[in-house]
Amino acid sequence: MGTSIILLCLVVLGAVAYLAARSRATALAGGKSSALHSRPGYYGVYAAIWAVLPALILLCAWLAISPSIIESSVRGAFPDDVKAQPAAQQNLNYGMVSAIARGLPLLTADEVAGAADDPAGLQAKLAAKGVPLAGPPQPYMIEAAQKLNAESGSSRLVMTALVLVLAVAGAFYALREVAPRFRARNRVERVMLWGLLLASSIAILTTIGIVLSMLTEAAHFFAAVPAADFFFGTVWDPRFAGAGSSSFGQFGLIPLLLGTLYIGFVAMLVAVPVGLFAAIYMAEYAAPRVRSIAKPLLEVLAGIPTIVYGFFALVTVGPFLRDLSSQVSGLLSGNYTNFIQAQSVLTAGIVMGIMLIPYVSSLSDDIITAVPRALRDGSLGLGATRSETIKKVVLPAALPGIVGALLMTASRAIGETMIVVLAAGVAARIQINPFEPMTTVTVKIVNQLTGDLEFTSPQTLVAFALGITLFFITLCLNIYALYIVRKYREQYE
Amino acid sequence: MTDIVSPVQGVVVSKAPERRDIGLKRRYAAERRFRAYGIAAISFGLIFLAILLTSVISKGYTAFQQTAITLPIEFSEKTIDPNNKRATDPSVLVAANYAPLIRDAMIKALNLNPSSRPDLRDAAAMISKGAPIQLRDMVVADPSLIGKTVSVTLLADANIDSANKGQIDLNVDEKNRKVNDKQVGWMNQLAADGTLHKKFNTGLFVNGNSSRPEAAGLGVALIGSLYLMLIVLALSLPIGVAASIYLEEFAPKNKLTDLIEVNINNLAAVPSIVYGLLGLAVFINFAGLPRSASLVGGLVLSLMTLPTIIIATRAALRAVPPSIRAAALGLGASKMQMVFHHVLPLAMPGILTGTIIGLAHALGETAPLLLIGMVAFVANAPATPMEPSTALPVQVYMWANEAERAFVERTSGAIIVLLLFLVVMNFGAILLRRRFERRW
Repeated sequence: MGTSIILLCLVVLGAVAYLAARSRATALAGGKSSALHSRPGYYGVYAAIWAVLPALILLCAWLAISPSIIESSVRGAFPDDVKAQPAAQQNLNYGMVSAIARGLPLLTADEVAGAADDPAGLQAKLAAKGVPLAGPPQPYMIEAAQKLNAESGSSRLVMTALVLVLAVAGAFYALREVAPRFRARNRVERVMLWGLLLASSIAILTTIGIVLSMLTEAAHFFAAVPAADFFFGTVWDPRFAGAGSSSFGQFGLIPLLLGTLYIGFVAMLVAVPVGLFAAIYMAEYAAPRVRSIAKPLLEVLAGIPTIVYGFFALVTVGPFLRDLSSQVSGLLSGNYTNFIQAQSVLTAGIVMGIMLIPYVSSLSDDIITAVPRALRDGSLGLGATRSETIKKVVLPAALPGIVGALLMTASRAIGETMIVVLAAGVAARIQINPFEPMTTVTVKIVNQLTGDLEFTSPQTLVAFALGITLFFITLCLNIYALYIVRKYREQYE
Repeated sequence: MTDIVSPVQGVVVSKAPERRDIGLKRRYAAERRFRAYGIAAISFGLIFLAILLTSVISKGYTAFQQTAITLPIEFSEKTIDPNNKRATDPSVLVAANYAPLIRDAMIKALNLNPSSRPDLRDAAAMISKGAPIQLRDMVVADPSLIGKTVSVTLLADANIDSANKGQIDLNVDEKNRKVNDKQVGWMNQLAADGTLHKKFNTGLFVNGNSSRPEAAGLGVALIGSLYLMLIVLALSLPIGVAASIYLEEFAPKNKLTDLIEVNINNLAAVPSIVYGLLGLAVFINFAGLPRSASLVGGLVLSLMTLPTIIIATRAALRAVPPSIRAAALGLGASKMQMVFHHVLPLAMPGILTGTIIGLAHALGETAPLLLIGMVAFVANAPATPMEPSTALPVQVYMWANEAERAFVERTSGAIIVLLLFLVVMNFGAILLRRRFERRW
């Protein structure tokens, strides 16, 4: 029986249990629902939970565990000379076996019987059925495949039987418990509470998953490349190692990190003054009508996907800056060569800065409006102009919050991917000219992982080392932002 | 002692005392400057928004129209099946060369000299390279076409399409552009008699990806994005709501809940590409789910959207006044009943608004999908979320990397489609908020 059919059976069983328990509860109460501890529906849900939940847990556990048990049993039956082979070769062998196992049921009985004598023929036959094999199968592989099929078949049979029996048993147990004084609602609510707790722990699981998965993959990388070479290396040149060559190239983080910081710096140069002034104007000067139009319009900038900004930088801003620079240099020196490349730190930084304007402005806007009215009134009453009030009273009061907002914006600039992938270039080098291309950590993560590379080479694993670096930088920025905001927040009554 | 404050006798009071110079003029000028900076900052942002949108729309609106050429095609048996074997061996229909049919039709339509090879080559280049496949599919589907002459609408080549839309500067030297003067003459001739015409580009919404710009479409990307959105909605809405209910209504105030809180805030700020790495390591490498599948993409985007939804849901739950809770509890409801029967329905508009905004973010997200291999070249629509697929923003990325001029138009067109979806979603969120949100 397929897994989906088992699931369907469980749903049906749960529904039956629900109806049975509900009607039993009503019957026991003699039609008077006031005689029951809980409303009849709760008895139904209680029975349904007993019918479905244990069976479902068993099903999931079985599906998760049984393949590895069967695999070790099949591998245990491999001939001794095969077992002596290196681990990678054994994995390949097992891959073949499971491919054959998938293909065998598609063949007729005669073809299966003749398979052992004609391995090459089997490969052709399976390929015709849409199951390609890596090479001609060996006789022991066919035996192993048959064993695999037989074992997984019987495992599935046992699982189906156990799951269904458990479901029925659970339903009967719950039905027997149904009684007018039985506290069904409390039991059901306890299960619901556990469900809610489980859901909120997913957030923690995600963080653990991020850290663990990247740490393990990065550990594989650091096994091949020394950590010092990665963190302090100044050359990024991940040569794609040819067959037999042991050189992996160089994986220096420094040029990528400098590029990331440089582009982020240019972006902040654009975003911070513009965003801050926009926020001040909207919080302090703008009439409500202007504010109600301008604020959502600026926030549209935050809703536009970053890939659109990237495309905008690639086809509009980059060429514009390039042509502008060639005109300027022509006017100044008569030599019409462009000194700004189409892909450059400047292009990526400006476009990213525009993207960040709404983050700066709406975060600071909230913080500025949170400064109490009385502070402003006091300052205005002493004869300060509005701009003086803002500069001398409101901004100092809002400063911790604004710094926190800027740090969060900076972490967004560092983690931004699509704009830099399209607009910053791929050349990893250390230089200070903003008109030349540089590259970032995120660009290299994308570059290293979008090829058809095998998953064990340092060339792909380096992406995880880059990722964990990125994760920790942004994490530190965010935690520091939170800390500043909490520590220096002015307490107003 | 009161007369001490009286003015000293003999002082002339006709002239008012000189006002101390407190720099009012300077200060007012500074005030005006400060205000101007604010206006300039807002205008800067809005001008860039306008430039961005006009740049994309002006490049992309033409993508919704496409040049097509309607030609009477003679399905001659001599070309398709010269040995008349199709009754016994249908594969000859698939293997046959259909390009000569189009060539012959072009010769007739343009009165060409059949022996002038350059002319024939230029004429054939005006029709999409996918046209012979279109004819082949027609014949394979209906072999009785052979021997008949049928009027067929074929896609024009991308370069002719661009020229017809006026996107190619015809003043440039002939050698430096992709359409030569002869082809432009033919194009105008065909356009004059109605053979060559513009039609609505249905292919943009139906076709899969293609290396030929005129045949490339968003069909697969739209289906992939639909799967992604469904998975994100089905996973992150219930989990997000359940998590927020626990944290907001049930959680005891202790270290663990504090940790979860900080965690959620931090997850909301983790760069999206990190989620892509997580998906690659956990779902593909560890759990063995297929690469490029929209299922994996949906899982990754769900994890990414979860913090947004949790934060929005908690705000919505917090906005429900305590009096509602007290009233429900006072009438004998259990805490669970209070939450699910009273608080949650009242918070629903806020939750849904947050969810839609989260979904809109997920729809535009590209970077994590690149890492889990949704950049694959997919020509056929995926039937299930387990099959390789791509998504709208990823398609934009792939087309943005294509060198051909015609792909710029396609890319902008795809961006317009993406932005339209986002506009509709955000507008829905605003409507929902306006219509149902209650102020207590």
